[in-house]
Amino acid sequence: MTAQRAPASNAAELVLAEQFRALPREVASPARAAAFRRFEEAGLPNRRVEAWHYTDLRAALAAPAATLGAPDAAAIAEARKRLAVLERLAATRLVLLDGYFIAALSDPPPAGVALAPTPPLAPPASDPVLALNVALAQGGLAATFATQTAAKAIEIVHLVSAEGAGAIYSRVALTLEANAQASVVERFVGAGAATQRQVSTWFDLAPGAQATHVALIEDAPALHVESQVVRLAERAAFDGFGLVAGGALARRQIFATLEGVRGRVGFSGLGLVDGLRQADTTLEVVHAAPHGQSREFFRHIVADEGTGVFQGKVIVKPGAQKTDGGMKSQAILLSPHATMDAKPELEIFADDVVCGHGATVGALDAQQLFYLRSRGLPEAEAEAMLLEAFAAEAIGRVADPALAEALLSATRVWLAARGQGRRM
Amino acid sequence: MAAVQETVDRVRAIEVDAYKYGFVSDIDSEKPPKGLDEDIVRYISARKAEPQWLLDWRLDAYRRWLTMTPPRWARVKFPEIDYQDLYYYAAPKSTKAAPKSLDEIDPELLRTYAKLGIPLVEQEILAGVERPRVAVDAVFDSVSVATTFKAELAKAGVIFCSFSEAVREHGELVKRYLGSVVPSTDNFYATLNSAVFSDGSFVYVPPGVRCPMELSTYFRINEKNTGQFERTLIIADKGAYVSYLEGCTAPKRDENQLHAAVVELIAHEDAEIKYSTVQNWYPGDSEGKGGVYNFVTKRGDCRGARSKISWTQVETGSAITWKYPSCILRGDSSRGEFYSIAISNGRQQVDSGTKMIHLGKNTTSRIISKGIAAGRSQNTYRGQVSAHAKATGARNFTNCDSLLIGDQCGAHTVPYIEAKNSSAVFEHEATTSKISDDQLFYCLQRGLSGEEATALIVNGFVRDVLQQLPMEFAVEAQKLIAISLEGSVG
Repeated sequence: MTAQRAPASNAAELVLAEQFRALPREVASPARAAAFRRFEEAGLPNRRVEAWHYTDLRAALAAPAATLGAPDAAAIAEARKRLAVLERLAATRLVLLDGYFIAALSDPPPAGVALAPTPPLAPPASDPVLALNVALAQGGLAATFATQTAAKAIEIVHLVSAEGAGAIYSRVALTLEANAQASVVERFVGAGAATQRQVSTWFDLAPGAQATHVALIEDAPALHVESQVVRLAERAAFDGFGLVAGGALARRQIFATLEGVRGRVGFSGLGLVDGLRQADTTLEVVHAAPHGQSREFFRHIVADEGTGVFQGKVIVKPGAQKTDGGMKSQAILLSPHATMDAKPELEIFADDVVCGHGATVGALDAQQLFYLRSRGLPEAEAEAMLLEAFAAEAIGRVADPALAEALLSATRVWLAARGQGRRM
Repeated sequence: MAAVQETVDRVRAIEVDAYKYGFVSDIDSEKPPKGLDEDIVRYISARKAEPQWLLDWRLDAYRRWLTMTPPRWARVKFPEIDYQDLYYYAAPKSTKAAPKSLDEIDPELLRTYAKLGIPLVEQEILAGVERPRVAVDAVFDSVSVATTFKAELAKAGVIFCSFSEAVREHGELVKRYLGSVVPSTDNFYATLNSAVFSDGSFVYVPPGVRCPMELSTYFRINEKNTGQFERTLIIADKGAYVSYLEGCTAPKRDENQLHAAVVELIAHEDAEIKYSTVQNWYPGDSEGKGGVYNFVTKRGDCRGARSKISWTQVETGSAITWKYPSCILRGDSSRGEFYSIAISNGRQQVDSGTKMIHLGKNTTSRIISKGIAAGRSQNTYRGQVSAHAKATGARNFTNCDSLLIGDQCGAHTVPYIEAKNSSAVFEHEATTSKISDDQLFYCLQRGLSGEEATALIVNGFVRDVLQQLPMEFAVEAQKLIAISLEGSVG
């Protein structure tokens, strides 16, 4: 399962190496160097790397853009205007502009939450792209949720400054102390066709902590690579949801480890793919302790010449008895040229477990369409209604009703835009 | 309950790493020196008096093979194979002149087959009126030693013979179809096979003919340090039907033996091929010493409209299994099926599954895979279902279930589902679990012992696949399953 490494680095890797060497002296550290070495060893992943089987990043990132620096006062002022008209999804708003935390644009944190501008350096990662993020990210945010506190919901807005032409690397580290509760929405806004964005979010859950997380990709960068690392101690619980509605190539990769007994994770998501876009969700859930539970539920609607990808891997380590795992991936293909690739994997080294997965791919049900049309609905409307219902079931995994409604309306916007595109 | 009792008795009767077929037959054989080079390829070709085109084909494959590296993506671990330390050809000496009838075959060989329970002697089968008749081609080390029922098959127009004989007598057919499903450049092991294949079976069923009996091949590796590279080619012409079975055994050896076979199936319009395998190569002892490396490329091509290819396999043997019987669904409305039971115990490693490549319109496929892992074994299902952009109306149903017995083993599922067509409908489901405590409790409460209960539940678990096997093989397979799992029960 290890791909052979081409001996010579390609042009893109040389550019990235140059960017790494150009980092300011004050941010250089042995941990960054180790992370970059890890990246250099593996190189940019291509399709021969199993975890990147359906997404060729080596091709997509053939020309890495220059990294965007910390925004200046003008950029901050301009961002303030744009944020003013962006509807809030949570009481507290924290803003990262071009990957850098900007206190002047952010609200004070809610009670029980302590902020720090620069996240501590993350441990070396196995995934080369995550390693690259660790090596190059200068901006970001760290938040600690105090023990026994149920903090009010937070939204983290990842905004791209007006030009947006360049590469963005950022890291968000969220630490939940014992029995803390957190609810976080991450929104990706403002990127354009010249934006290459690579972000990572790190969740560290102490015993009994509970977190919910929603990622919402509303803008349209050339590249969106989002790595999520979730570590759960005993009795901790995590629920994550991701809506991918934009981005020429959007890759969400999730690495979750249930390190303590009785941990629980639920991951779900919705991919809305049209044009020539590609949306890839790849997740790896490791059950390293007994009595863990994991649920994954992902849906894709793929139109035009789009490509949806779901790769899910549930690993049950030796000794992780009584694990209960269930994974489901479903997709609707709307066009003869749409593609869906699914790879739901199980890797099980303990015997007393119940694990299962299901995957389906198909077109819209002709009978359902006919039924609605016979009731007088125009075809496009009937289709939109069925698709909305299909999407709503995934969104239904989000517990907060206001948030679910926001996700649903984002879905409606996408469906309407698609309908218009088709009528032209 | 009788069948269950029988299963349990068998389990009891056998020592931890007993392998019923682990005897060595003392038969003189002729072997060229160890190692592989162009001369060996020429030697094999010359020994079989092959035409020039076939020699060229082999040499071409050999030269290609030199540039290739073994695949590493499968979840199996084994030390690097020294391909120069193998014998690439071993022929039982007494068959130097091709046998005209069974009388000319070394009696020791016949005794070997009797031990294996292979009904080689026609009269014997004919005498046993109740027994369904099966035509057998037996391959011993590298050479096909006997084919039964030839005359009767010829009457129906069916060609069933050893591969070498087919090259001699039906050269045109071989030339037309050889390598048309698994090209000589396909993968490392298939290319090696193309260079050095020794013998195998050839079947041609002419248009409209329903093959009057089951065809069967038995493979046995006998010689030490030999690789067995057989090649099977089955062609069902328009509207034909054939059912083919293969069985495999090998003696117990401390060294690992290599088996790299290629099987090609071609189904023309409205034809149907049913291919069943009961694979019981020596799996190595309980510590993982010895055993056969089974690196096999099997592929069927549903070339014509409404053709059908069905693979059924019961995999209990081999130290390592690397095998993915596949169907290329090229003809419109063609159908592919894959039914598999893969059982691993001891330190066996299984990485097996299938590929269903939907190319034609309204093609359908079905995959039922049951993996059972016990002991310290690793059992992986790896499968691919894909629909080409032109494969409108493609339909697939996949079900792969794994059962774990013991906490030292692993069961893995790696399905690739790739739809490039909106009218394709793919469904995939998989589960992994151990034998449920509720089921066990229920059986124990009804007075069964732990072993009996486990055997009963396992047999129920694999029933879907066993039902696909021809009847007499289903019984054998059921026994094999029990033997494979011994030592893991209770």
